[in-house]
Amino acid sequence: MKIYRLLGLAALALPLSLQANPEAERKVFQDYYIKKFSSVDYQDFGNGAYALDEVARANWEAIEEFPPYEIVLEDGQQLFETPFKNGKTYADCFPNGGIGIKQNYPYFDAASAQVRTLEQDINACREKNAEKPYKWKKGKLAAIGAYMAYTSRGNKINVMIPDDPKALAAYEAGKKFFYSKRGQLNFACADCHIGSSGSRIRSEVLSTALGQVSHFPVYRAKWGEMGTLHRRYAGCNKQVRAKPFKPQSEQYRNLEYFHTYMSNGIEINGPGARK
Amino acid sequence: MKCIKPILLSATLLLGGLASPSLVMADDKPSIVEQGKDIAFKRAKGNCLACHLIIGGESPGNIGPPLVGMKLRFPDKAVLRAQIEDATVKNPYSMMPPFGKHGILSAAEIDKLIEFLYTL
Ligand code: HEC
Ligand code: HEC
Repeated sequence: MKIYRLLGLAALALPLSLQANPEAERKVFQDYYIKKFSSVDYQDFGNGAYALDEVARANWEAIEEFPPYEIVLEDGQQLFETPFKNGKTYADCFPNGGIGIKQNYPYFDAASAQVRTLEQDINACREKNAEKPYKWKKGKLAAIGAYMAYTSRGNKINVMIPDDPKALAAYEAGKKFFYSKRGQLNFACADCHIGSSGSRIRSEVLSTALGQVSHFPVYRAKWGEMGTLHRRYAGCNKQVRAKPFKPQSEQYRNLEYFHTYMSNGIEINGPGARK
Repeated sequence: MKCIKPILLSATLLLGGLASPSLVMADDKPSIVEQGKDIAFKRAKGNCLACHLIIGGESPGNIGPPLVGMKLRFPDKAVLRAQIEDATVKNPYSMMPPFGKHGILSAAEIDKLIEFLYTL
């Protein structure tokens, strides 16, 4: 409950003129879980519910022996390396040729005063090279995202919030989203993934919000395919009977900004396999 | 919606009856307590099992306390009802959905639910 007072309610009640301190908030956020789950290794939070539930973990480890995302990963690499019709490649659009950079996403783009995601930059690269953009939630975009995450495995999430009131406002909007109750069932993300993390909702152990983003995109058995983080956001909105937002909407990008910043320090381990 | 429900319900009963011919149709209407149990267990209804252990319910969650000894612990039905209608009155941070306030369950459904809870 303490975390609510420190992060959620206090922050919502504060006048806007009082500047938030994301770094201090991240520390409180992470310390909450580190204390609550004192036997969990810090980097293990990146494994979601499997860090907290031994039985589910054993099943998952068995699945990881022959990862269901392997074929998608190969497709993703091939798509990534195949030149566009104009001869250019994705590597031309990204720093370091697009290899090992997932930990820096999402970022605040000063020019557009918006949070930008890896998915957006992949599609922007396509459009810049006269190719059609891909759909946001799955398919080829998720496959390329999976490959780019794979090349970043082991790199620590390192989202930056520049000293710019607009960047801070985006962070604040994401935070507000995370702590706001919504839908007919009246749940906040925080209700399930902070307060009740480690508890069971029916037979499902609820993961900690810390480390949730590290393994996206994920191959979900339920989907039978790879899906992006925003697809999962929409799922978590729908299950509380709230209207989901569009993938890559400003709301979800701001949420991703806050959500990922809170996991700074956790290693990228995507793509993941989930139920 | 209100008109459709009884039809759906009787259709389900009919199918249930057909599937198990030993049941006598006339006695097939479930008791208030059975209906309340259904409301507590069904995912599309109360789904109380998502968070509470209830004897007789499969794979309960453990977010809320076990629902046992209800009559003893809630001698005043109004107190129990208030918890179900809007748990956030007592605990503003409550995770429990406001079943009455948000129209997740109707007043009549909550009546039946309470009759079931009183058997626990
Ligand atoms: C009613 C409970 C509930 C609410 C509210 C909820 N979630 Fe979830 N969420 C779940 C369950 C159950 C799972 C699957 C088990 C797990 O990994 O935690 C899940 C999984 C996730 C995952 C995938 C974790 C992984 O390891 O792959 C993400 C990301 C996530 N939720 C984010 C959110 C966000 C952001 C919100 C708010 C917009 C939210 N959730 C609201 C119940 C909830
Ligand atoms: C998502 C979680 C959740 C769901 C679903 C839920 N509850 Fe609860 N319930 C709680 C929590 C948490 C508490 C602890 C008190 C509080 O925070 O309000 C609680 C408390 C209660 C209490 C008080 C118990 C006591 O010992 O003081 C009753 C009675 C109750 N719930 C009944 C129900 C019924 C009936 C349903 C279904 C119609 C239901 N709950 C659904 C989470 C839930």
